[in-house]
This record gives sequence, structure tokens and C-alpha cells, in this order.
Amino acid sequence: MGMAASDSQFHVLAVDDSLIDRKLIERLLKTSSYIVTTVDSGSKALEFLGWHEDDRRNTDETSVSPQNHQEVEVNLVITDYCMPEMTGYDLLKKIKESSSLRNIPVVIMSSENVPSRINRCLEEGAEEFFLKPVRLSDVNKLKPHLMKGKKQEIHESTPPQSPPSQLPTPQSSPPQSQLQQPPQPQEQQQQPSQSSNNKRKGMDEGLSSPDRTRPRYNGLTMVSN
Amino acid sequence: MLGFGAERLRADMNRLLALLFHQGVLDEQFLQLQQLQDESSPNFVSEVVNIYFHESEKLLRNLRGLLLDREFSDYNKMGIHLNQFMGSSSSIGANRVRNVCVAFRAASEQSNRPGCFRALELLEYEYCYLKNKLHELFQIEQQRILAAAVRYPPVQHPLNNP
Repeated sequence: MGMAASDSQFHVLAVDDSLIDRKLIERLLKTSSYIVTTVDSGSKALEFLGWHEDDRRNTDETSVSPQNHQEVEVNLVITDYCMPEMTGYDLLKKIKESSSLRNIPVVIMSSENVPSRINRCLEEGAEEFFLKPVRLSDVNKLKPHLMKGKKQEIHESTPPQSPPSQLPTPQSSPPQSQLQQPPQPQEQQQQPSQSSNNKRKGMDEGLSSPDRTRPRYNGLTMVSN
Repeated sequence: MLGFGAERLRADMNRLLALLFHQGVLDEQFLQLQQLQDESSPNFVSEVVNIYFHESEKLLRNLRGLLLDREFSDYNKMGIHLNQFMGSSSSIGANRVRNVCVAFRAASEQSNRPGCFRALELLEYEYCYLKNKLHELFQIEQQRILAAAVRYPPVQHPLNNP
């Protein structure tokens, strides 16, 4: 069942072998008004996405087919890095190599801060790399990637759709918490359409709040080894 | 007395939470969990914490089983359990438990068996302490909810004054 032209609802597929982390990410995403599906492995994720073994970008077959191979429309995949059998990186690669799936933005999560790992993922096409535990402030950064993915799809499919309606507020700010940073202002704005092919355009969204000491990585602003 | 019960219980909860933060038993990730709880997901924190308890006890049993095995040598497997324990502890804000896991993992990477034993005992201790305190917290929360409900009875059916 496709979500069709429903512009105000994004569907996120979350992949993590840890039950607790799946619960967490699901709650975080639902709080931000996304529709969420969670799976516990990369192979289940690919199955859900309708991935096919021979569905690669560099085949001779034309990949401009209008119909989507996906069973269900997914607007973003967020996956843990460390998983048995298929890592988040493997999953990312398979998605980016697939002609039908490569435009789906992918975000990687990891509990370990390993610059070479982060680099590798970003170079393979991940939009963002979040350190665990993932916070609401991280999830707030997903919106531009989702919007871009939606716009790209709209360009690639046939009739031009009306521009997305006013973005829903991700969540009402929680009461009395000194530690929670206020929602980033850019969620309320319409994102201007960027040149669609360069996914790694610097997403300078005001970066991380001053009270976060751990680095957040996006775009190519990376520490080298 | 009924009306004051809820307030006092809330104060008790906050005091306990403050203590746990002060002791480093919990960190701000726990607050994040609380913030994710709302009317649409009113039991979120206890749900997640109960999953954590269930998983942790299984991991502790596995770890103990590995170490007690006289022919044990699979430190790799131990590392896998510890990574899982570390991850889940970090996700719920169980700061001290996570820190012990880090030390435990270091001992495991050095194939330091006595060090692993010590770490395991410490881990079991910290986990027990955390579990007790969280149960206490949930109990107070339950009582507070009850007390608050009694304080604001439904208006349609006014009680007869005793």
C-alpha cells in the first residue's frame, strides 16, 4: 500500500538488531510525526524495500522505468552500523548500488566514534552519521534529507505535484527540561531545492548545540585520520 | 492528606532522580527517555527499562557462564556480549553500568581472566543497584499517579461528604 502523494507524511525504515534501540528510534521518529517501520536486520530491510539481486545501477537495462520496484514507499533508511551478518555499511552499499533504491537517503548510527568508519559511510553516500544514543536533536536533522528525497522522486515520476504543504511541527517542545535543546528553526522553513544530484552538499543546519561535546558528522566536514 | 500525597510523592521522585544523577548511576539519556513519554506513549520508560532488565539479566548469565567454564577462551564472544550490554546501557542512560562494561571489555581484550571476574562482580553489583533504584522510582511514580487521581475525582459524580 503506497503512501501515494501524501506529502506531509514521511515513512522511515529503521534497522537495528538491538530491541531497545529499535524502541528508542521508533519513539523518536514517531514523536517527529514520521511513519515508522522497524526491522532487526539488513536482509529484512532489503526485503522490505523490495530489493532484487540483479537490480544494479550499471546494468545494460535501462533503469529509467517509471514503476518503482519498492513494495512500499520509504523516504529514508536509518540503520545501525554494527549488526551481525550484514552491517549498516553493507546495507548502505546495496541500496546505493540498486537502481531503484539508490535515491533513498540513508543515515547510519553507531555507538562508536571511529573517523575512518564515518568517512567510509559518508563516501559511500550516507547522508548523516549519528552517534548513539540518538537524540531528538539528531532526528530533527532528518527533515531536509527527507524533503530532498521527496523532491527528487517528484521530479523523476511523471506529473509535477503541488509543492509540499506546510511542514508539520515535529513535536511540541517538552516542558521543564533544561537539557533539551529547542527545535532547530529550519524545520519550519521550506527547503529551497538544491542541485539534486549532489547529496553531500554542506548541510549546515546550525550544527550541534554548544552543550553537546560529541561531534556530529555531516557532509564532508570530516576529521581525517 | 489525600491532596498533599501526590505533591510529596513527586518531590520524593525528584529527590531520588537527583541522587541517581549525582551518583552517576543515571545520565541525561534517561531524561531523554522521560521526555519521549507522553499521552500517546504513557508507559514508554517502564517498557524500555523492562526490556533492558530482561536483556541484561540474560547477558549477565551468559557472561558468568562463559567465565565459569574452566576451558573458557572465547574472549571474542565475551566482547560481543559486552558490546551489547554497553549499547543498551548507554541507550537508557545507565551510566555506571556502562562504565563497568568498558572496563570489563578492556580486561577481556587483554585475556585477563581474573580481571574479568572482578569486572563481572562489579557489573552484577552495579546492575542490582540500578534495578533496585529504578523499581523504587517506578513505585513512587505509580503511587503518585494514584494519589493524583484521587485528588481530582470526576466532577459528574460528586462524593458525599463523610
